[in-house]
Amino acid sequence: MAIDNAVATRVLLSGNEAIARGAVESGIRVATGYPGTPSTEILETLAHIDTEGYVAWSPNEKVALDVGVGGALAGSRTLVTMKHVGVNVAADTLMSVAYTGVRAALVIVSADDPGVHSSQNEQDNRIYARFAAIPLLEPSDSQEAKDFVGQACAISERFDTPVILRTTTRLSHSKGMVEMGEILAAPAKTYQRDPSKYVLVPSNARVRHEKVLERLAQLEEFSEQTPLNRWEKGSASVGVITSGVCYQYVKEVLPEASVLKLGFTYPLPMQTVREFAASVERLFVVEELEPVLEDQCKAGGIAVEGKTFFSRLGELTPERVREGFQKAGVLPAPAPPTETSKLPVSQNLFRPPALCPGCPHTIPYLVLKKMNALVVGDIGCSTLAVYEPLAAIETTLAMGCSIGMAIGLQKGGVTSRPVVATIGDSTFFHSGIPPLIDAVYNGARITVLILDNHTTAMTGGQDHPGTGRNLRGEISRTIEIAKVCKALGVEQVQVVDPYDVPAVFRTLKAAVNHDGVSVVITNRPCVVSPASIRSAPYEVAASACNACQLCMNLGCPSITWTDEIHEGQHKVTIDPATCIGCAVCALWCPTEAIVPLPDVSAGRSQ
Amino acid sequence: MENGQVQNVLIVGVGGQGVLTASDILATVCLASGYDVKKSEVHGMAKRGGVVYTHVRYGRKVLSPLIEPGEGDVLLAFEPAEALRWSKYLKPGGTLITNLRQRVPPASCLDRRPQAAVRYPQEIQRSLRQQLGDVRVLDAESLAMELGNPRVSNTVLLGVLSNVCEFSTEDWTSAIERSVKPQAREINRRAFLAGRNMQFPAAEEEPAAAPAQEAAASLAIADIEIRETWCKGCEICVVVCPQNCLKMNDAKKAVVADASSCIRCMLCEWLCPDLAVNVH
Repeated sequence: MAIDNAVATRVLLSGNEAIARGAVESGIRVATGYPGTPSTEILETLAHIDTEGYVAWSPNEKVALDVGVGGALAGSRTLVTMKHVGVNVAADTLMSVAYTGVRAALVIVSADDPGVHSSQNEQDNRIYARFAAIPLLEPSDSQEAKDFVGQACAISERFDTPVILRTTTRLSHSKGMVEMGEILAAPAKTYQRDPSKYVLVPSNARVRHEKVLERLAQLEEFSEQTPLNRWEKGSASVGVITSGVCYQYVKEVLPEASVLKLGFTYPLPMQTVREFAASVERLFVVEELEPVLEDQCKAGGIAVEGKTFFSRLGELTPERVREGFQKAGVLPAPAPPTETSKLPVSQNLFRPPALCPGCPHTIPYLVLKKMNALVVGDIGCSTLAVYEPLAAIETTLAMGCSIGMAIGLQKGGVTSRPVVATIGDSTFFHSGIPPLIDAVYNGARITVLILDNHTTAMTGGQDHPGTGRNLRGEISRTIEIAKVCKALGVEQVQVVDPYDVPAVFRTLKAAVNHDGVSVVITNRPCVVSPASIRSAPYEVAASACNACQLCMNLGCPSITWTDEIHEGQHKVTIDPATCIGCAVCALWCPTEAIVPLPDVSAGRSQ
Repeated sequence: MENGQVQNVLIVGVGGQGVLTASDILATVCLASGYDVKKSEVHGMAKRGGVVYTHVRYGRKVLSPLIEPGEGDVLLAFEPAEALRWSKYLKPGGTLITNLRQRVPPASCLDRRPQAAVRYPQEIQRSLRQQLGDVRVLDAESLAMELGNPRVSNTVLLGVLSNVCEFSTEDWTSAIERSVKPQAREINRRAFLAGRNMQFPAAEEEPAAAPAQEAAASLAIADIEIRETWCKGCEICVVVCPQNCLKMNDAKKAVVADASSCIRCMLCEWLCPDLAVNVH
């Protein structure tokens, strides 16, 4: 793998791969996290290239950070990775480790998702740095993503503080050239007992809070000096303060402008910002999402323009940065639309992500819809059942929320319909267990459907406590979901094969009729990962198809309409290249028109 | 390409088609030829049958990983509706290469009205040709089938792309070879050459297709007839109906709850042990 390459060679790395390489170069010895787009590949890559240290998935981000704090206190440089909403889960620990400080470096990667490419919100986690009063680093390309890990380690140890390294989807998933650096041995440290620092009883916490503010003052001074913040002198008419990937857009769109390129964005180098402001006629802040830099400049009495021209909504792009400067009058107004831009956009096809052909989640959702259940969804692939034709899910909020919300919906007055929480296996381990305890403890009358596909599917198939393997692929102790549920006091726990349609009906019916908490667990593995499961594809015998559309209710991407019409409706066909032969549609078909493809080789590759 | 310029290539398609692998190969070729490269893509939800795109930019020095609309030199589309979606990224005079094999999402086949049309853009080729100069279309799957494996259609498309991005055949084939298993190297090499050697004559005007039939506006609602005197209230029809059209009344007889969603699958009629149900 290119990422193992020797010093000074240049390779093409994604931001996430670069962070992993940076961790190796800085002597990180403990790395933990929970999978979440766009952060997942950091630990996957690190586990691949670092065979020495402790690199592991934790069941959730808070546990990951707790382990990370322990690792740092033990004297090992530590990296903890998570997506932006994961930091909310870890926030309890984060706010307090800011008080205790660290012994060896503790670097927390927050991978934000402006534009909500694969998340439930687009919160701006730069605000956490200010909230916790800890330093914040924002790389702008893969090279910096790698280099900033080492910088973050040095800052963390010099100032005895956790450091947030903030990336965004665009940075994490863009590849660029990276020059490999030397692999350094981290300073040797060991655990040192110091209860006055590490035990946050009120008397200690008050003292530690003072230390936090002293540290912040030192960091402000550091921010003025560090080469992470760079003044690129250009035209005196326009100056731009920017950070992260937006820096690249600014350089592309306004190559002549003066730029204050900030890599160390909390605390801000206010003196430098003031001098920069004084050196230009008009000053802009270009930043994605919240006006974090802008508000601090304004609070410091510096006149800047920002969110008036560069929206708080979504991801910025070179196009949107250009439009902002056009609106501001810095760039000339755009040319009238050309022919190309007049293409019929209205024809754009709605192509939502869908459950894969053969996905074991499909039938349970179809059955719940048939049962008129109020389905409380959760995060993961199962969320995709929100789209037509399944359209089975009525709420999805955050990791592990389904079970608690189901309790509230039932206790709060939903009595005419069965209330069913659906949650994936990895999400159940992440944060589904405490609310299940609540349901048992407080006598809720709900059903919890755990869609156990033995992997963390949405993020690309990571192992978790129920899979029997760890991040390195080594055999680990399997924690069985059914046993966990029984141990928590759930009286009715049923396991069902989700391809067995009548059994799913019977099982779910028994579950919703149970007077108390009932759990149903499906037991088919994901058909995509870790292994691609495929058997002989099926085809439609057109003469037998009565165009009833029943199979279309599955929303299977392999089934589509043909031009042949029967009594006003399209007959259907199956794409042999994508059909995995799960046979669920064949089971549904009332006319038995769906049959195994006789010549398997015709549609298949080896 | 002149010094200081950046070449912008956009590769688009549907999750699972191999768009990301194709862009990795292109980036590798650019690197081997000594260019600076940036490549941007988004993983996660898009993998599951959604829209997938990657931006590849190469030149002496590349800043932004993203291409601006109207700045693309080449648009390589693995699917025709995606060609249409992303066509605004091409600059005037840019090259569009598109596969013709359609991937119709399930959500486009849900209209239950009689004679309903598939919800899919009509006459894509025609509108693209009207708007863009250099349009090169091919059925990559058919070509790949002729070579013996429909999965090498991606490599065929890279072969077509290789005529627009100026790198040597050797650089291309070695990058492709590194990305496939040893036993698949030969067929991928042949697929690449098949694409590279394709000729794209100046477009002849194809005949205009008949206008797509508008879906009949009126809903033809099924008439579900249940003979009360024959029904013994076993509830089978109510349970099997996938659309929840039927219900039990207070007298424990099956009655129609909502016929408007009936899809005429006939299950209720066929499974009624008392022959009490008829769907018209």
